[in-house]
Amino acid sequence: MTTGPAPAPAADGDALRVEHISKRFGAVTALTDINLRLGKGEVLALLGDNGAGKSTLLKILCGFQPPDSGRILVNGEEVVLKSVDHARTLGIDAVYQDLALINQLSVYHNMYLNREKIRWPLLNNRPMRQEARQHLKAMGVNIPSVDVQVARLSGGQRQAIAVARSVYSDAKILLLDEPLAAMGVKEAAIILDLVRDLKEQGEVSVIIIAHNYGQVLEVCDRVNLLQQGQITFDKKSSETSVVELTNLVVAEYRAALEARHRSA
Amino acid sequence: MSDITVGNRDSIDTGPPGGGGGGGGGLRSALGVLARQREVTVLAVTIVLLLYFGLKYPTTFVSNVNAVDLLSENAAPIMIIAIGEVFLLICGEIDLSVGFIYTLSPFIMYFLITYYHFPAFLAIIAALLMGAIAGWVNGFLTVTLGLPSFITTLGTGFVLNGIVLTTSHAYPVEIPAKAETLGRFIGTDPYSQIIWAVILVAIFHIVLTQTRWGLHTIATGGNLLGARESGINVGRIKYGNFMITGVMGALVGLQVAFYNNTVDPSAGGYNPMFLAVTAAVIGGTAMLGGQGTILGAFLGAIVISTISDGFNIAGINANPQPIIYGGAILIAMIANVRLARLRAQGSGV
Repeated sequence: MTTGPAPAPAADGDALRVEHISKRFGAVTALTDINLRLGKGEVLALLGDNGAGKSTLLKILCGFQPPDSGRILVNGEEVVLKSVDHARTLGIDAVYQDLALINQLSVYHNMYLNREKIRWPLLNNRPMRQEARQHLKAMGVNIPSVDVQVARLSGGQRQAIAVARSVYSDAKILLLDEPLAAMGVKEAAIILDLVRDLKEQGEVSVIIIAHNYGQVLEVCDRVNLLQQGQITFDKKSSETSVVELTNLVVAEYRAALEARHRSA
Repeated sequence: MSDITVGNRDSIDTGPPGGGGGGGGGLRSALGVLARQREVTVLAVTIVLLLYFGLKYPTTFVSNVNAVDLLSENAAPIMIIAIGEVFLLICGEIDLSVGFIYTLSPFIMYFLITYYHFPAFLAIIAALLMGAIAGWVNGFLTVTLGLPSFITTLGTGFVLNGIVLTTSHAYPVEIPAKAETLGRFIGTDPYSQIIWAVILVAIFHIVLTQTRWGLHTIATGGNLLGARESGINVGRIKYGNFMITGVMGALVGLQVAFYNNTVDPSAGGYNPMFLAVTAAVIGGTAMLGGQGTILGAFLGAIVISTISDGFNIAGINANPQPIIYGGAILIAMIANVRLARLRAQGSGV
């Protein structure tokens, strides 16, 4: 594989910059020298095959695990993310593929999980319930009631709640991990609409991790391709196409296939 | 603006669940309703049992002496230990050693007063502290070393039992005279145990349903990874719940010792622990975590105690009682699973 593009020149107004990040797990190199930038209010699609290192990068960016080397800049300032909570105080929040929802809890308790409103020593449920209802309504998410357990909701509703939870916790940088995975057309439309609305408001920068190029290309400003632990492609979404992206991945697949034949 | 309803799959009744209850805050959640339905079932069983024995044996069953037997001697220890087990089961763990914390705790008090001349109050605090430390050790082995709690607490239970037998030479001792005054409040007075149990049940019911600790306990057992990703310190929750259980076990040990006016190395053990887990399960606590109620366990403890007490009064041999307990556990578990399946069908998932 060729080396990835050199770090882009520092641009004012970058919400997030990643410079020379690498990560190994024992003998496996998950990420080698990742460079990435995310403008304020920008929606960046991070595409790549399974095992390319997308989730590893996401977990580093949200403070779940530290990188081996490299640095992360939030609003131009270098930060060392100590934990998920710490990243959150800096405005970085991730919506995981598994959504991190608790089936046994109500919608509003999920939306305020770990940032509950308290009237010491008790939970202050009334404002949580009211605000959860307002937020979901403002985002156009229809659910039967904020009192219902999330176990009873559909995949799209659950995803919408997970996104709403992050947006309304004052996240400025939102990391969405495979938000469209295993989702019907109608449900995916809700999530894409949510992202579009965020883009219009321009206050939240979003990284969408996905491997469905077509759907994501519709809402994102820029596309990065992650292949074997490196960013190999960085273009505006208006300058690329599904065909080009598909060809790139197919080329990678062919190369891998040939390598296997040669070694066999 | 998108305004699509994804609700094509759910034919759920959209009325606010629990609106009829008029309960405050979180009780109105769907969880609360399901839990309360379960509590209502157990309450009905409790009332039927009490009525049956009460009408059949109006003089013996309905008497002051029997009320103390049933509530203070039988039910209260189960209730108090069940508080801890419910919290642990909800966050996905179990403590098999709590019955041996129960055995050791009054010995700690006895040794400190008799050999180290501690004031009674401090000796009692130290005994409770021992429960917290034992719970911390269970937490350390389970959370920090990553062993399954079923195994770790089996091990620590044996160790605690060994400590009791070694230090006491397997002989019971009398309650030190210095501790008798305080002991009256803790367990000697006939109704003291059940009063403690009711107060603790009320407090921990609120902790479970109305505080962050309770919410995070449910989150930890309901979706461990999700809770962690949300930034909840799941280790701290588990440590804490092991320690709560340890203190509850230590308290019950002191109470029973005061009530019987003897510190007995054969008291406690596995039986009270298993009865507490039985009460929790009858009351609707799921063994897989994420679900359970303190009130349900409270009622479950009354059901268990009424059966054993009623059998005694009826002069029925105690031998078949375990069959009834076993049946009750199985029926409760089947009800749990059925309920979950019914709920899943309701949401179309």
